[in-house]
Amino acid sequence: MNHLGFELEKIKIGSFDFTCCEGCQLQLANRESHLPDFLALLDIRNFREISSERLDDYDIALVEGSITRSDEIRRLKSIREKAKVLVAFGTCACFGGVNALKNKFPQEETIRTVYKDKLVETMPAAKISDFVTVDYSIPGCPVSKKEVEEVVVGLVTRSLVTLPKYPVCVECKQRLNTCLFDLGEVCLGPISRAGCDAVCPSGKTVCLGCRGPAEGVNYDSFTELVKEKGLSTEEMNEKLAFYNGFTDYLNHEG
Amino acid sequence: MKVDFNIDIHHLPRVEGHGDIRISVRNGKLADAKWAVVETPRFFEMMVKGLSAERVPFLTSRICGICSISHSLASIRSLERAMQITPPETAKIIRLLAMHGETLQSHALHLFFLAAPDFMGTPSAVPLLQSHPEVVEAGLMLKELGNELSIATTGRATHPVSLVLGGVSKAPSKQRLTEIRQMIADRKPMLDRATDFFMTLRVPEFVRETEFISLHDGESYPYIGGNLVSTDGVKRDENDYLAMTNEYTVDFSTSKFTRLSRESSAAGALARFNNNYEQLSPRAKEAAAAFGLEPVCHNPFMNNIAQLVECHHIIESTEAIIDRLLGDDLRDIKTDYKPKAGAATGAVEAPRGVLYHYMETDEQGKVVKGDCIIPTTQNNANIHYDLNALAAESLAQGKGEKEVEKLCEMLVRSYDPCISCSVH
Repeated sequence: MNHLGFELEKIKIGSFDFTCCEGCQLQLANRESHLPDFLALLDIRNFREISSERLDDYDIALVEGSITRSDEIRRLKSIREKAKVLVAFGTCACFGGVNALKNKFPQEETIRTVYKDKLVETMPAAKISDFVTVDYSIPGCPVSKKEVEEVVVGLVTRSLVTLPKYPVCVECKQRLNTCLFDLGEVCLGPISRAGCDAVCPSGKTVCLGCRGPAEGVNYDSFTELVKEKGLSTEEMNEKLAFYNGFTDYLNHEG
Repeated sequence: MKVDFNIDIHHLPRVEGHGDIRISVRNGKLADAKWAVVETPRFFEMMVKGLSAERVPFLTSRICGICSISHSLASIRSLERAMQITPPETAKIIRLLAMHGETLQSHALHLFFLAAPDFMGTPSAVPLLQSHPEVVEAGLMLKELGNELSIATTGRATHPVSLVLGGVSKAPSKQRLTEIRQMIADRKPMLDRATDFFMTLRVPEFVRETEFISLHDGESYPYIGGNLVSTDGVKRDENDYLAMTNEYTVDFSTSKFTRLSRESSAAGALARFNNNYEQLSPRAKEAAAAFGLEPVCHNPFMNNIAQLVECHHIIESTEAIIDRLLGDDLRDIKTDYKPKAGAATGAVEAPRGVLYHYMETDEQGKVVKGDCIIPTTQNNANIHYDLNALAAESLAQGKGEKEVEKLCEMLVRSYDPCISCSVH
């Protein structure tokens, strides 16, 4: 592979999933027209969802999912030992994701509700950085394939990889959408990290903050805004808890 | 001849989620075969408790990364029926189009990228890029077409944005619909070529009689709602889903098993085909005839072919739906509603088979109880008993360890299991 006259080495990559829906890994197979070019950058060493070949030498590990069982902690740590760069891939890996919605219920009740008397092991859903060092995070439920492509190109060309620091509102305004606050809805766009091209408010549904907080957001002023508009703070809190990305804020609110 | 061996496939590759095949052979005879799902449970039935009804479809879509639209619509249908909300006709048609997009994308992914490597003897579809570029291209272009349909109708390919209680929050633009109509015209020949390719593959001959369960309304091929029927003659109302499934737990699997009239039953493309053959489009029937596929077919490997037949049906149906939407002003897309206490089931035909969501709401519209029964859960027992029959039959035919292992892997993959979905 050649880029601007420089020979580039393919990156050895592994893709792994824990407690999740596997939707983020599936995004790797999307944007089909770009797929052959995207695959040309990668030497896929281990990707159970699409290949029966399983090799243990990879430089980059994409890790999808949250952690909810002790065997997952062991598997995650062994992946960390083998990978030079470990990427938290998607909202579940970055924050725990929707899986953490079960954490507010007593564990025994949770297991009994679904499995009755069968013994099933589970623990509160946790983000992967609770157990291993994470080098990069690509949030999103699901991740945006375009952003994944940018990160992969950045890694192949050894260039800087960054995420947008600004909130979803910036992208939403660029798309000339009517503000959902003006339509009487609590939208988390003002405090959530952009990079999704404001896909939810552009479809006229509220942002639930799957990419976590933007940098330097003013939570107090956001709460004020919700109250000023006469909207429900209970609804706001339900939304803030949805992906587990705003735990600091919710704790701060008590 | 004394032949002892174990087949222990840990985390079967090229399927969605984590499942193991465990087979032990003693003195050349099958001693034990198990289909063991080891996926970590997520407890969605607990997560929905206390959540506002309007938020529920956004949560339950996260049960599955492949069939998120089906999950969203199953929740929407159950909550709309529970709270007596009637979505406008136009919204219903847009939802059907969204289902078509998802099914096409899911079938293309399975057929070309998960199943085809088995028939070609490669570890993944990547080597096929070199050896059969036109087949891989057809797969990619059909998958993209499915995704583009989902994006146009729901805002995103995975985890829909604009499917909401009462209808849809945003209609697709007519410009986009026209573009997709053109994409279909351009890509139809690719599906025909792919069909020719699949006709060159040898589908294993194996038959174990079972009961096929799907939705059926006698008018159109089933996608959203309908009666629950089986090839053993059972017919029930959508709300009677528990009597169709009879879930039970087994000690070797984190996913439950189900049964109806026999020890196991099957859902999915082949089940839909077996129960709704008459409602297929003309081209889909032609494609089925070319493969000698007729109802009721009891060869589980033919589920692959039933998926291909459904791709033809979807393409024809999508063209007709788009033409209808192009003649609509696309304004009446959402009904206002007030939260209400109620309870109902929403059944949809997800790509892998009939999917049930049951939701109970209180007067504020908060969910007090939820239940989801997944197609793969309904296939687990069938996969398990098929594995036993296939392994025993293969051994009796004198097949060796490698051959038995490969056939068993292919068998499980033919069901296109969505394991993380089944352990939701």
